[in-house]
Amino acid sequence: MFLFVLRRIAGMIPAMFAISILAYTIIQLPPGDFVSTYAAQLAESGTIVDSARLESLRDRYGLGQDVVTQYFKWIGGIVTRGDFGDSFEWNQPVTELVWDRMGMTALISLLTLIAMWAVSLPIGIYSAVRQYSVTDYVATIFGFLGMATPNFLLAIVLMYISTMWFGASVGGLFSPQFVNAPLSWAKIWDFITHAWIPILILGTAGTASLIRVMRANLLDELHKPYVEAARAKGMPETRLILTYPTRVALNPFISTVGWVLPALISGELIVSTVLNLPTAGPLLLQALKSQDMFLAGAFILLSGALVLIGTLISDILLAISDPRIRLS
Amino acid sequence: MPQTPMQSEPGAPVLRVENLSVEFPVHKGLVHAVKDVSFSIGRGETLCVVGESGSGKSVTARAILQLIAEPGRITNGRILLKDKDGAGETDIVALGNRGRAIREIRGRRIAMIFQEPMSSLSPVHTIGRQITETILLHEKVDKAEARRRAAALLDRVRIPNPEEALDRYSFEFSGGMRQRAMIAMALSCNPEILIADEPTTALDVTTQAEILALIRELQRDRGMAVLFITHDMGVVAQIADRVMVMFKGEKVEEADVFSLFEKPQQAYTRALLGSILKLERPAPRPPRPEAEKPIARISDLELHFPLNPGFMGRPTAYLKAINGVSLTINEGESVGVVGESGSGKTTLGRTLLRVYTPTSGKVDYWRGEGGVVDLASLSRREMKALYGEVRMIFQDPHASLNPRMTIYQIISEPLRTNTDMTERQMQGRVRDLLTRVGLPADISDRYPHAFSGGQRQRISIARAIAVRPRLIIADEPTSALDVSLRHQVLDLMRDLQAEYGLSYLFISHDIAVIRYFCDRVAVMKRGQIVEMGDVVQVCENPVHEYTRTLISAVPRPDPRLRLQMAG
Repeated sequence: MFLFVLRRIAGMIPAMFAISILAYTIIQLPPGDFVSTYAAQLAESGTIVDSARLESLRDRYGLGQDVVTQYFKWIGGIVTRGDFGDSFEWNQPVTELVWDRMGMTALISLLTLIAMWAVSLPIGIYSAVRQYSVTDYVATIFGFLGMATPNFLLAIVLMYISTMWFGASVGGLFSPQFVNAPLSWAKIWDFITHAWIPILILGTAGTASLIRVMRANLLDELHKPYVEAARAKGMPETRLILTYPTRVALNPFISTVGWVLPALISGELIVSTVLNLPTAGPLLLQALKSQDMFLAGAFILLSGALVLIGTLISDILLAISDPRIRLS
Repeated sequence: MPQTPMQSEPGAPVLRVENLSVEFPVHKGLVHAVKDVSFSIGRGETLCVVGESGSGKSVTARAILQLIAEPGRITNGRILLKDKDGAGETDIVALGNRGRAIREIRGRRIAMIFQEPMSSLSPVHTIGRQITETILLHEKVDKAEARRRAAALLDRVRIPNPEEALDRYSFEFSGGMRQRAMIAMALSCNPEILIADEPTTALDVTTQAEILALIRELQRDRGMAVLFITHDMGVVAQIADRVMVMFKGEKVEEADVFSLFEKPQQAYTRALLGSILKLERPAPRPPRPEAEKPIARISDLELHFPLNPGFMGRPTAYLKAINGVSLTINEGESVGVVGESGSGKTTLGRTLLRVYTPTSGKVDYWRGEGGVVDLASLSRREMKALYGEVRMIFQDPHASLNPRMTIYQIISEPLRTNTDMTERQMQGRVRDLLTRVGLPADISDRYPHAFSGGQRQRISIARAIAVRPRLIIADEPTSALDVSLRHQVLDLMRDLQAEYGLSYLFISHDIAVIRYFCDRVAVMKRGQIVEMGDVVQVCENPVHEYTRTLISAVPRPDPRLRLQMAG
């Protein structure tokens, strides 16, 4: 088991490397180097450009040297000092901007994932056991609707409903008075009353497809000989379904994290922008629009890392749940 | 061994089935899976229910535990289980298939073991968990006591290191070991009746002999009644006290085992026995020519599979699937390869067709147009040219025909890739081929699902001979077929051999089929040939120890030849 985890972590290194190259390529994509872009921005806003400062920036990021050296300067800073470079737009080190935002993204994604599992698991099991019942059809209809509705549309509709009918403030994750308040029970409660909307929006499509996945997995297992053998032992039906076929059907379900998580994180960008949430998404979009490339690169790199970590966790969960993976 | 209190006489019926009928509603109408079947089974008795696929034998067994799959249902009859005090009887049919009453019977008074030891145990729970669960379900004991009893049971079914085995998973065991664990689980609450549904069909013959002996022995110890479902007359002869023959849902005949084999009363029973006894002797075959002309010569063939991905992609251990095999197939000859699962016989056949590329060795093949090529070192493209001459017939006629292709498309496919025939010519050829393999010529527009197993295997044969091959590799071509169909398919293959001068490499686990069909036989074990020679010679006077074990483990369809079992 220890070896298994070790091997998986080792496998993440080349993946992380590939992601970092991709992130850096995106940083490099805009024409010219970013110091010239920065200088142009400064000039536009009427600030006097200090050429000595520009020179020191060029030197710091190794501009003028070849791309490979620049890349290693950038990634070296991240790995050794946790230094992601400076955001030209905010005039701050990137580190000060990203962590809060990434933390919120991770929190919202995790909560959504848990909510998706908590809802789709029982519905999926019920749909499989009572295949072609009314409930199964209702779940199926909900499933297809949920998969087909775009996130942003759902966000707008929910915002409209809650503002017009309930008079609740829906933008953001906190009410204005709590945004800068220290952590307290009241703040957590405020968070919960706000967070359910993005979680609902983000989770709908995934929940719908997870219900289908669970239903299909369980239908495959329900008629396996070991289920019949357990029935012949005299087990009560509900306990039998939960102990045997569900347990086996759960394994492919756990591994769905691998594709649910990237979908969540990219879906989060759109939903957060519509709902104006203090997560990574809106800031990333803003950074891309203003060519604040170090900030954008950091977000891309960290989102990639988040997906990798999520996948690692699901691999470990899978190994715990399925002895066939653990022992072979 | 705690004996169940039993006041009924030994041999008195513990279970009586009266006029049982089971129906399955299908798309249009009903399938009568079991029709008006009555029988009884006594304490300490073994009743074998024998029949071919679709005879209703498995459904009958499941009805007794109310395990019939939806939408099937018992429509008539009673299943009467003698109460423990011997006074009254409980009608299982009246209990329904859910609820406490039927669950009290399942696993506790009537237990069942199944055909597939590979999939009858949950892969994600330990063996111990699955056995103790049964004990805890039915008896008021604590976990430690249940575990102690489970270990004792594993010991009883002769699983080594029972304490340790409790914490292992089913996939860590071999098929035979899993079936032993399954038996231990079934016996965990000392049932009065054990239902065994083809418990040895998926096992090798030597393992089968061990499991049969074990069931016999446990039955004697406990005075259990055993209802044994099988399609194998050899197994019946070995284990039954009484036999019930079923055909298409009806009971054909019931008799004690000796009378049944000696004087079968019904025509169906006679036909069934006849088709088995036919396989007991080699088919008449023409003498081999003085000077043999080889068509393929395998020399020192080896094929190794890496066992572990290894550190940095370099494997450190290998499975020697084929470990130095040399074998010659002559023109017009049938060479059998017999062995148990894992012996490498199927891999050998596939390696000849280059499904796998051998690690070392040579396979010389004498081409039809002259010249010798080495199949082991040909490129994919050169190999492709030979697929018209060397063809394969597979074991499972259900899986080896594409369900989305019509019979015409299936049979004409090799013609399309290997010849320049026009569509019209191919249509004529397919009609001829269908007639040749004993099928109506007008079925070519239909799909495989419309045909039975035997018919499908004929279609596979038609596909194999479509391009006039010279060598056919037949991998267990009769294993998935009912016994009454086996010799028909074999006779067809033999006729085609005489007609087209075919050579066969015939791979099978079934020594009887090999003896019936082949000229020479090679016995394989762990990737090597341990004995080779004339088929009659090897079957009657085996030299190698393993061959002897293999042959003596085959259950003979004659109750007078019962193996003297342990104990």
